[in-house]
Amino acid sequence: MTIILLTSSSVLLLTCASFFAYEYFTFKQHIIENLSTLGAITANNSTAALTFNNSEDATEVLGALEAEPHIKLAGLYDQDGKLFAHYPEGLSMDAFPVGPANDGYSLTSGYLSSYQPVVHEHKRLGTLYIKFDTSAMYKRFRSYGYIVAAVVVASLILAFALSNGFQRQISEPIVALTKTAKAVAVDEDYSVRAPNIGTGEFVVLTEAFNQMLTRIHDGNRELRQSEERFRSAMEHSPISMSLIATDGTWLDVNQAKCEMTGYTREEMIGQIFYKIIHPDDLFVNLQHFQRLLDGEIDSYRLEERHLHKSGQVIWVDANVSIVRDDNRMPVYCIAQIQDISHRKRDEELLRNLNAELEQRVQERTHKLKEANKELEAFSYSVSHDLRAPLRAIDGFSRILLEDNADKLDEDGKRVLGVIRSNTQNMGRLIDDLLAFSRLSRKQMEPCLVNMTELASDVFQQVKSSCVDQNIHLNLAPLPNIEGDPALIRQVFVNLLSNAVKYSKTRSESLIDVSARPENGEYVYSIKDNGVGFDMAYSNKLFGVFQRLHSVEQFEGTGVGLAIVQRIVHRHGGRVWANAKIDEGATFHFSLPKESKYESANDE
Amino acid sequence: MSLQMTNEVEVLLVEDNPSDAELTLRALKKRNLANKLFHAKDGAEALDFIFAKGPFANRRVENGPKVVLLDLKLPKVDGLEVLKCIKGDERTKRIPVVVMTSSREDKDLETCYELGVNGYVVKPVEFEDFSRAVSELGFYWLLLNETPKN
Repeated sequence: MTIILLTSSSVLLLTCASFFAYEYFTFKQHIIENLSTLGAITANNSTAALTFNNSEDATEVLGALEAEPHIKLAGLYDQDGKLFAHYPEGLSMDAFPVGPANDGYSLTSGYLSSYQPVVHEHKRLGTLYIKFDTSAMYKRFRSYGYIVAAVVVASLILAFALSNGFQRQISEPIVALTKTAKAVAVDEDYSVRAPNIGTGEFVVLTEAFNQMLTRIHDGNRELRQSEERFRSAMEHSPISMSLIATDGTWLDVNQAKCEMTGYTREEMIGQIFYKIIHPDDLFVNLQHFQRLLDGEIDSYRLEERHLHKSGQVIWVDANVSIVRDDNRMPVYCIAQIQDISHRKRDEELLRNLNAELEQRVQERTHKLKEANKELEAFSYSVSHDLRAPLRAIDGFSRILLEDNADKLDEDGKRVLGVIRSNTQNMGRLIDDLLAFSRLSRKQMEPCLVNMTELASDVFQQVKSSCVDQNIHLNLAPLPNIEGDPALIRQVFVNLLSNAVKYSKTRSESLIDVSARPENGEYVYSIKDNGVGFDMAYSNKLFGVFQRLHSVEQFEGTGVGLAIVQRIVHRHGGRVWANAKIDEGATFHFSLPKESKYESANDE
Repeated sequence: MSLQMTNEVEVLLVEDNPSDAELTLRALKKRNLANKLFHAKDGAEALDFIFAKGPFANRRVENGPKVVLLDLKLPKVDGLEVLKCIKGDERTKRIPVVVMTSSREDKDLETCYELGVNGYVVKPVEFEDFSRAVSELGFYWLLLNETPKN
């Protein structure tokens, strides 16, 4: 504040002094000009008096100077330098200089003296002397001085008052802010706050400063908490964790790490991390670590062997990641190590079990193949050996009828007929059973099947064997499917034959064939208007030799639907039916859109 | 059957089942085709007959039958083996062989044709069908079919 006051007073003083000096010189010049003009007029008026040596006129002319009260003396000297006339009239001659000095002005104590020539038509007639009293001028300057002093003092007082006010408004908040900043910088104490003592923009500044402090403070607290969390998480993690410096030394390890390796924390910190890695796995790990440091990767994961302090080998799953600074320079690495010795043992166990299982599967497969071969031999025998006696029974019954008809009465003939019809029926059963068994062993030869064409073709075939029946087919376009054409054909043959067979009692057989997509499958439906069946027995529909109608009503052996189910299952599909007695039946079979029939080699 | 007769055999029936054999004979007889028939009861006897061995040593292989009706499932030597021997020998391979069997196994059918069988008939259970099949067979191979003369 002192500096401000000193500065302002110096400036004020300098200004006043300049003004004063200017006034002085201007005023002095003004007096001289005045005097010069007055002198010139007086000298001019005196030329006649001098020329005619009329001293009275001259005295009269000088007397006019009375109008200027500051003029104390005036004297007119002639050519010879003798005082010719003077003013005031009554003054003694002694008060005047003896003779005129050189033309010009001189300032002597309290008076300004001027010598001016009196010239008429280029001829110097004499000299006019005027003595001017300057005391009035000095008096005026004194007054000026007082004013300046008063202004300076007033200014200083005002400056002091103002700066005092400003200090309160500007400096104090700044000082307070500075103090706070110093406390923050030196003590790193971000909890202090600057007092809000200013006004206007200072309030904003202080608030901004305090907000900044709050943010730093909060940030620091969060950072500390985050660090604390990380430290706590690391320390209490069941997974072995360690921080590794870029030179490969441990910065910190957690309890789990100590337990896993058998070393204490003190034994580990500062040591190179790869001293616990199995020599056979070291090279790969170091390669990855180098890539991590070089910035090629941000983390790596290895299954490797570590060595316990006791020398025992531990299988671990090691996950190492790197922390980089803003310039992507590596700061440290975080290693998380999980003991997978158990898993490795389990894997080994699983491998052995799998191998054993494989062995058993092979043995079982072998046995199954054997059993299958036996089954084939069996069905061969059935085919050959069961048919031969049937043929004999039928044949000899016929021979009996032919050769000994005369010895048999009607009942005898009827009995022989029953024998023959049963024999033939059994022959058909055997044939169907063999067909069913052959179907299971037939290799699938899948290709794209045009279902619409196939269904239409089969229908014509079925219809041609039932010329007496009035049959109408309503065939919707069917989606194509990947499958074995011969087998799918059999499905249509059996289902359409059934539809025709069980609707033969109707005046017109109406058969609808349609399909719809459903959950990755196509569902094909064959609907008839036949006798239908009781849904209570629907579970028996697809069993071998299962029939819901007597042979007298509808001929058949009960193998057709079993064959249908067998084929559809082999294609990865399902088969089912809905019906009501006397209201027709609908048989559905589904086939997967994406073929997933069993593998061709299904011995 | 005398030696002279064995040399004149036109039909060799190889059938182990006496009932089937009798039914076959009866069917052939109805059309008078069973006069010069020899019935071998198993594969071994059939081979002996064809290749003039053992009891048939005095036969001449060249005087082969006009047709062999061969069952597949036979005691001792099975039908496939018999077929293989007949078709594998220069002297006998031209003799027509018709397999008559109860088995309709695709595998048998394929093997027989690979071995050069001349016909393959599945014996029907129903007598009428059976006798019709047999008589038509005999009629065809004995009366209609022409074989190259030596």
